[in-house]
Amino acid sequence: MNTQKDQVHKPSRDQIIYANLLILGVWLGIVILVITYFIYVTGILSPHVDMSIIPKLWDKGVTQYLEVTHSPHGWGWLSLLGKGDFLNYIGFTLLALMTIGCYLVLFRGYLRQKDWIFSAIALLEIVVLSLAASGIMGSGSH
Amino acid sequence: MINTRVRSVNLLFVLIMLIVLYFPASASGLEHLATEAMDTAWWFWPTILFFFCLALGVLAVMAGVGGGVLYVPLVSGFFPFHIDFVRGIGLMVALAGALAAGPGLLRRNLANLRLALPVALIASTCSIMGAILGLYLSSLNPDIIQICLGVTIVGIAVLLVFSKNTEKPVVKKQDAVGLALGLGGTYWDDGARESVEWKTHRTPLGLFMFIIVGLLAGVFGLGAGWANVPVLNLLMGVPLKVSVATSKFLLSITDTSAAWIYMNRGCVIPLIGVPSIVGLMMGSLIGVKILAVAKPKMIRYIVIVVLFFAGLKAIDKGLGLGLLG
Repeated sequence: MNTQKDQVHKPSRDQIIYANLLILGVWLGIVILVITYFIYVTGILSPHVDMSIIPKLWDKGVTQYLEVTHSPHGWGWLSLLGKGDFLNYIGFTLLALMTIGCYLVLFRGYLRQKDWIFSAIALLEIVVLSLAASGIMGSGSH
Repeated sequence: MINTRVRSVNLLFVLIMLIVLYFPASASGLEHLATEAMDTAWWFWPTILFFFCLALGVLAVMAGVGGGVLYVPLVSGFFPFHIDFVRGIGLMVALAGALAAGPGLLRRNLANLRLALPVALIASTCSIMGAILGLYLSSLNPDIIQICLGVTIVGIAVLLVFSKNTEKPVVKKQDAVGLALGLGGTYWDDGARESVEWKTHRTPLGLFMFIIVGLLAGVFGLGAGWANVPVLNLLMGVPLKVSVATSKFLLSITDTSAAWIYMNRGCVIPLIGVPSIVGLMMGSLIGVKILAVAKPKMIRYIVIVVLFFAGLKAIDKGLGLGLLG
């Protein structure tokens, strides 16, 4: 019985790599978020947008918020990493990048198995996610 | 002993419900008092938000729904944040929850990668379009999004009431698309102590439905587990356990693409984003522990009521009626 169960339940090698990468990335992302948030709210690093201004703006639309605070969109936050608020974007970005990293593992696995349909699907997904992440689509301007 | 434990859990649950329903409502009532303090007290709403999300995380796990579907309508309805930020952070919240659940589901071989990959490609592509559309509509008039969100949330509540998922749907013949993609598998049913073989039917229609699911996820910033499971289970004939696990895994992909659009647009403000994500993650961990001794059916009914209320509140806010406070 156990043998039957083990066979049925045995995940593939790539699936295990995917899971390991994911668990590492997620918890690392959460820990980074907590640490950077602490740095932000305690003022260890001064923020780009003063915290006392934010409550006056968080009920406005994002366009107005970006205009008033002179905040960047897209990957512009990279140039403001020395600021407490934008430091938090390291954690957000890590969480949002995890899936792309994991898909690269899947793509390699399907290529090895010569599973062309699923290699193509995995590759297309990487392209779609990378396009979304690039900021080319819908990041708008202000 | 067990009865005492169940009673304490139920008591704790009632307390959580009170926090979820009363905390933001009372906070809204105190809004005028808080307004003056808010000029300097930037921490006021983020602190409430953290504890609210903690309670929401417990509730979401116990009710078997994603955090995003509760977060967006409740936070947009009862907190002073613009819908743009709520949707962006709602997606990050749903994404973090789905990513955290992913490893366990993959290791236990419950989430089916072959099923998830084609579906995810469609849903994630459409969620990008949905996110762009949602941001465009809210730039025209945020009330449009608020009203549509309310209608969608009420629709989700109705769906939760009436959809009767099937544990092991009978699929007599697999369609050509499902066959070509190899959408099928075997999983171990611990209850019945047997391995269960499954395959999909009505695959093209199911894949088409994920266009709509992806669009809705992007427009409203909702995790789409509420839609994934019925489509996979009721329409495509995937067993419930595999549907639920694959749906959770799917969210980590669908929400990623939409989350990037909102994040790149500047909709994720750290001051309110981090307490939301951390609060919900911590709440989910507590929820998993409580789940062992709680009665999920009762909780599910309460969540449905909360969703109805949140949906009506969103409509009320969008129409500017002010009937629900």
